[in-house]
Amino acid sequence: MVKVKVNDIEVDAGPKDNCILAARKAGVEIPHYCWHESLSVVASCRMCLVEVGETKPDGTVAMGPKLVPGCQTPIKEGTVIRTDSPKVKAAQQMTLELLLLNHPLDCSICDQAGECYLQDYTYKYGKAHSRLDEPKLQRMDKYHIGDQIALFTDRCVMCTRCVRFTREISGTAELHVVARGSHEEIDVFPEDPCNNKLAGNVVDLCPVGALCSKDFLYKKRVWWLKQAESVCTGCSTGCSISIDQNENKVYRLRPRPNPEAQGHFMCDEGRFGFKYIHDERRLSAPKLSAALASGTESQRKTTTGNFAPDLNFADVWPTALTKARQKIQDAIKADPSGFVAVFSPFMTVEEAYLLAKFIKGIHEKARLVLGPIPTVGTDDKYPKGPKGEPPAEGKVKFTIRGEKCPNRLGVEAVLKHFEGSVVRIESITQRPNAHAWYIVGGYTSGWVTEAIDKAVGTPSLLIVQDIFPSPLSERADIVLASGSFAERDGTYVNHAGLAQSANAAIRAPGEARPDGRILMELAGRTGVFNAMALRKEIGATVPELSVLASGDLGEQGVRLVRFAKLATAAAT
Amino acid sequence: MSNKKTKTVKWGEEPKLGMLDALYLPAIVSGLATAVRHAVSGKPTTRQYPEVEPEIPPNYRGVHRLNRDEQGRVKCVACYMCQTACPANCIEIIAAPAPKDDPHWKDRDKFPATFTIDELRCIYCGMCEEACPVDAIELTSVYDLTGLTRTEMVFDKEKLLSVFDETVKSGKDPVRTNRGTLGPASEVAPTGRQGPPPPGRGKHG
Repeated sequence: MVKVKVNDIEVDAGPKDNCILAARKAGVEIPHYCWHESLSVVASCRMCLVEVGETKPDGTVAMGPKLVPGCQTPIKEGTVIRTDSPKVKAAQQMTLELLLLNHPLDCSICDQAGECYLQDYTYKYGKAHSRLDEPKLQRMDKYHIGDQIALFTDRCVMCTRCVRFTREISGTAELHVVARGSHEEIDVFPEDPCNNKLAGNVVDLCPVGALCSKDFLYKKRVWWLKQAESVCTGCSTGCSISIDQNENKVYRLRPRPNPEAQGHFMCDEGRFGFKYIHDERRLSAPKLSAALASGTESQRKTTTGNFAPDLNFADVWPTALTKARQKIQDAIKADPSGFVAVFSPFMTVEEAYLLAKFIKGIHEKARLVLGPIPTVGTDDKYPKGPKGEPPAEGKVKFTIRGEKCPNRLGVEAVLKHFEGSVVRIESITQRPNAHAWYIVGGYTSGWVTEAIDKAVGTPSLLIVQDIFPSPLSERADIVLASGSFAERDGTYVNHAGLAQSANAAIRAPGEARPDGRILMELAGRTGVFNAMALRKEIGATVPELSVLASGDLGEQGVRLVRFAKLATAAAT
Repeated sequence: MSNKKTKTVKWGEEPKLGMLDALYLPAIVSGLATAVRHAVSGKPTTRQYPEVEPEIPPNYRGVHRLNRDEQGRVKCVACYMCQTACPANCIEIIAAPAPKDDPHWKDRDKFPATFTIDELRCIYCGMCEEACPVDAIELTSVYDLTGLTRTEMVFDKEKLLSVFDETVKSGKDPVRTNRGTLGPASEVAPTGRQGPPPPGRGKHG
């Protein structure tokens, strides 16, 4: 720890911090554009100019004669930083005036307005007017810069964050600075647009509205969006994300910095891969097979009471869930080992726990099985080399994993506790020996393979809890319409054993319900689904998941004990 | 410091009632006098509406209109400022990228694909007009707004533009906003300075 003084506030900073980080620890903001925690330092925007001095051994403070860029200046014991002197303020004003010289006044149509650092800093540190008498430079917009990215050239402040990102993080180096002086522009070589799998990150990195996401372009003003902290379910990396929604529609996903999980970024597959949650084909109401529904007809008539017979105000859920519970209990009692519950790696830990406990609570011998783990290729590691080769071990800055599900480890931990071992569905498709199935889906797309379809066959009881129709849901006795990742509260355990909490952002479409709520009611538990209370219960019950006992996992999540040991062993 | 602050605030005092005022009689007499004066003056006070339409002051806040620019396009740039400012949530805009291939729209980036105002929900406060950076939305002096259904009173973009055409034709332009001098966002080439020069400096600072 190094003691530094920021505007007369004493603070303990890290030995490798620069002035910006040290000031941040003191609660002082040093404005900056070009500096980013995970990129190299160029000190080109000159926005973070501060006065820096040192404390001499006799206690006097000697300030440096010139302003220095805070991003490039390391600190040492006794460093004194001033960000509020007239000299610094004048420099900030002049820097902003320069950056705004050719910046068009089109905030009203700019997608960044509302989360723009140029707006924020101009408001806080800038001048109210420009002294420019000449016409502003106007440049062509570049929609060709990438499939997902558009460049509004005249809004750029030449911080080169995007250029450094493609060189240092993705390693693909598509973006370049062309020309010099006031004619500098970001551009790509013809026929080599910025289409790498991490390209979407340059939109987040851009501190102004120069790089915009074509997917989000003009869809919503950012001040209407409400954020929910969640976890990307695209692969087992489990990137921390925030889901931006308005009026029950998700508009975009953005990475949330989390050094424990993935760092600052996320891949385009995850970023733009959320569209399926608004798919029209999604199951939007629970469904009973004709045989079961006819039995409930008389019941439904009594519940609708005096209303006209065609007006059905009765909720289908209580009937479906009571029926399901009854059928499950009957089936298990008839033949416990003939009942198979298939768990999906898209379930949260809480949901897996609720279902496992319910099934095992009826009879010990009922079988719990882990559903298919979607896998596409192998892990894709970045930064790529000049020929697209993966980086050397230890130089990996971002990994897109081949395991395309968020919570295999979490569900496996629950299954190990309740079943003793993890039985994969692939291992029992040959001889399933089952007459009743409870199958949980929740996959992003069709997951029922021919082998599974054949193994399930036409059993005496088939209950499917899924978000999309499948061959199984077509012939199921009861279909429970469940929720996607944006509709669930819960915990995901990523590839490295990091348990992160996810929060629901929107409501499920139509009558569909998030899985936690379905399973709470199915298991006959009282109260509403509360992820935090359940985490405490799981932490106390399942030894491998004991870290969940605190209930609140914080913004960065908690590592499972087994993996925390591994991490410390690797560090030493 | 605190002394200086209190001096800047003037507190109004209710006038004290005198002996005469406390009797109420003078007030009753003056009130009666007014009533009698009106009764015997013989001037009609009934307005013959709708045969005779009243003179509406030009700063009246009536039905909205969406202005057109010189080329007849909708002036609105779909910045959602009016929707954000609207206290009654009666404005709904869906923006879209301007058709770049169309030479007519070449200099525009964004335009409202739909623009609807629920005239029944609106409270005619004029905040939308004040928020608009390009003077695209204005409240006119058109006051006689009728319709047979609620949906009819939800005005879409075409209807709002037709209100503009009508009010321009009839010469009932609103006077509040500076029509003609556009906000910078809709101007083709923003030139010149955007603010007053700093005090005590020459033209070039």
